[in-house]
Amino acid sequence: MYFLKRLIFAVPLLLVISALAFALVHLAPGGPFDRERAPASPEIERAIKAKYHLDEPVWKQYFRYLGDLAHGDFGVSLKYRNHTVNDIIAQGLPVSMLLGALAFGFAMGVGLPVGFFTAARRGRWEDYAGSFFSMLVVCVPGFVIAPLLILLFSIKWKLLPVGLWETPWHMILPPIALGLFFAGKVARLMREGMLNAMQSEFVTAARAKGLGENRLLLRHAFRIAVLPVVSYSGPMLADLLTGSFVIENIFQIPGIGVFLVNSSLNLDYPLIVGLSLLYAILLIGLNLVVDFAYTLLDPRVKYE
Amino acid sequence: MSEPVERRETRVEGNLTPGRPPSGALPSTLDPRQHSSPGQRAWQRFRRNRAAVVSAWYLVFLLLALVAWPIVLKVSGGTFAQIHDPNQLSDAAFAPPGAQHWFGTDVHGRDVFSRILFGAQISLLVGIVGAGVSLVIGVLWGAIAGYVGGRVDSALMRVVDVLYSLPTIIFVIVLLTTLGELLKQSHFVENSPALTRQLRVVLLFVGLGAVSWLTMARIVRGQVLSLRTRAFVEASRAMGGGPVRILARHIIPNVFGVVITYLALTVPAIVLYESFLSYLGLGVQPPMASWGTLIAEGVSQINPIRIYWWLIAFPGGVLVTTLLALNFLGDGLRDAWDVKSK
Repeated sequence: MYFLKRLIFAVPLLLVISALAFALVHLAPGGPFDRERAPASPEIERAIKAKYHLDEPVWKQYFRYLGDLAHGDFGVSLKYRNHTVNDIIAQGLPVSMLLGALAFGFAMGVGLPVGFFTAARRGRWEDYAGSFFSMLVVCVPGFVIAPLLILLFSIKWKLLPVGLWETPWHMILPPIALGLFFAGKVARLMREGMLNAMQSEFVTAARAKGLGENRLLLRHAFRIAVLPVVSYSGPMLADLLTGSFVIENIFQIPGIGVFLVNSSLNLDYPLIVGLSLLYAILLIGLNLVVDFAYTLLDPRVKYE
Repeated sequence: MSEPVERRETRVEGNLTPGRPPSGALPSTLDPRQHSSPGQRAWQRFRRNRAAVVSAWYLVFLLLALVAWPIVLKVSGGTFAQIHDPNQLSDAAFAPPGAQHWFGTDVHGRDVFSRILFGAQISLLVGIVGAGVSLVIGVLWGAIAGYVGGRVDSALMRVVDVLYSLPTIIFVIVLLTTLGELLKQSHFVENSPALTRQLRVVLLFVGLGAVSWLTMARIVRGQVLSLRTRAFVEASRAMGGGPVRILARHIIPNVFGVVITYLALTVPAIVLYESFLSYLGLGVQPPMASWGTLIAEGVSQINPIRIYWWLIAFPGGVLVTTLLALNFLGDGLRDAWDVKSK
């Protein structure tokens, strides 16, 4: 019931977000045609604007946009004019989603064990080494780690391709470069969650009953300790799945992250609003999933 | 990093004296000999955190270096100053690190070491100013929402929710292009290009701060909301304390630790974001440089024939170590003030 209510509540939220994105871009001076190579004559400019209804008042444009959206049509990109926004999303999104999903898998696969292990070995050298590693990767931006990985693995040792997105060999470096930051975040959250869980009463009670330490940490503490990671994974997945400009740019991957930045630079209204909506839908949907997963993992949590 | 023993004591103290502000951790009320303010106790705990102290010294050292280096260049003069002038073009392009150019030279033969130190001015300033802007907006927004409550609260927090669901990058780019365009239309441009360049940097500072206040607002609101109903605030109100007195005497001092901690963690986040924007070419414009633009130049020189590793390794290394130090410092402050992460 609660989740149904939130699902219904998401619709006005999405409307507000689309209106805000729309207004934001229209408030910005200049337009999508300012950077065309040759400045058009006034008549042609007027004709282009009339064609895309840019001469109408903003609210009218917005309602026209909403009307098209109701039919599942995100409009035509004003910069890449032979592509509709639907085309761009349909082409780029699967690539970005695969890259993001691989990076998510990497982040979880590295972050969870490191966080668990450092907490279990608290105060020993393994803890210091692991904690330093997770802090370090949080501080290394993608545009530093990606070129370094390319320099080492592709150019120096010639093990992996420099770029592009074709065979599985192409799909090793980009997810690592993208996922390392998140692996560090996950490890830090996991470590803190474990430390809190290990101090809680139910763990003390289980230990008093004579439960073995391994079983205690894995079965009892882990389940509660992973909750912060679960709630972080919603926004994290939304970020990862909508593509990363830096990684896609450096590795020449035809994803959607490049469009997110370029559309904003070009003030390409339909593309900006479309991509903002896509991001918001993913974020809201994933947060809903996360909160649902919460109720499964922690029986104390109940939503009214 | 507080030991588990200490944490347990915190809980005991909280149970015995429910009206005390949450920032105190050692049971000073139980032991009359050990009487120190929450701030003093936080400072003692901070000093015991080795990573945080080392980080603080590293940052002090970096600040000294970036202040001293231009002076050194000016005083020494002659060829030394000319070789290390960050804007001096020379024929020694792509010289590897050596005795003359400690960090090598870039495509135009400029000294990378000098460029990093001059870039540090912008990269660090953007973090501090941006965090300051986010502090002002976030604390005001969160405090008003939490203190006034009711409809105002839900309205203010819905705005935060909506802004959260918008991709930050779109917001930043549109904001920066709008402000930049407004600047272009004003009269400054004709008068002085140098002034315009500096104003652009200021815009970048403000713009980054303007998109980084959301989490701060949420944290402050949560804190104020829980403090508002606490017994000592009720008591002050019952004794006739007005909202100004309650805010100034009770709420703000108790939120202080959380705010300082989160502020310390906002600085590296903004430094990182600035380097990202500069990497995209949206940040500072040449001939000015920040660490982000230096790394971007290094990345653009990647080719399979020759490896100019120093163009990425040194600016990247300085950026990463600085971010590390700032984060360790923030973590140290958090543990010292015993702020819960939620």
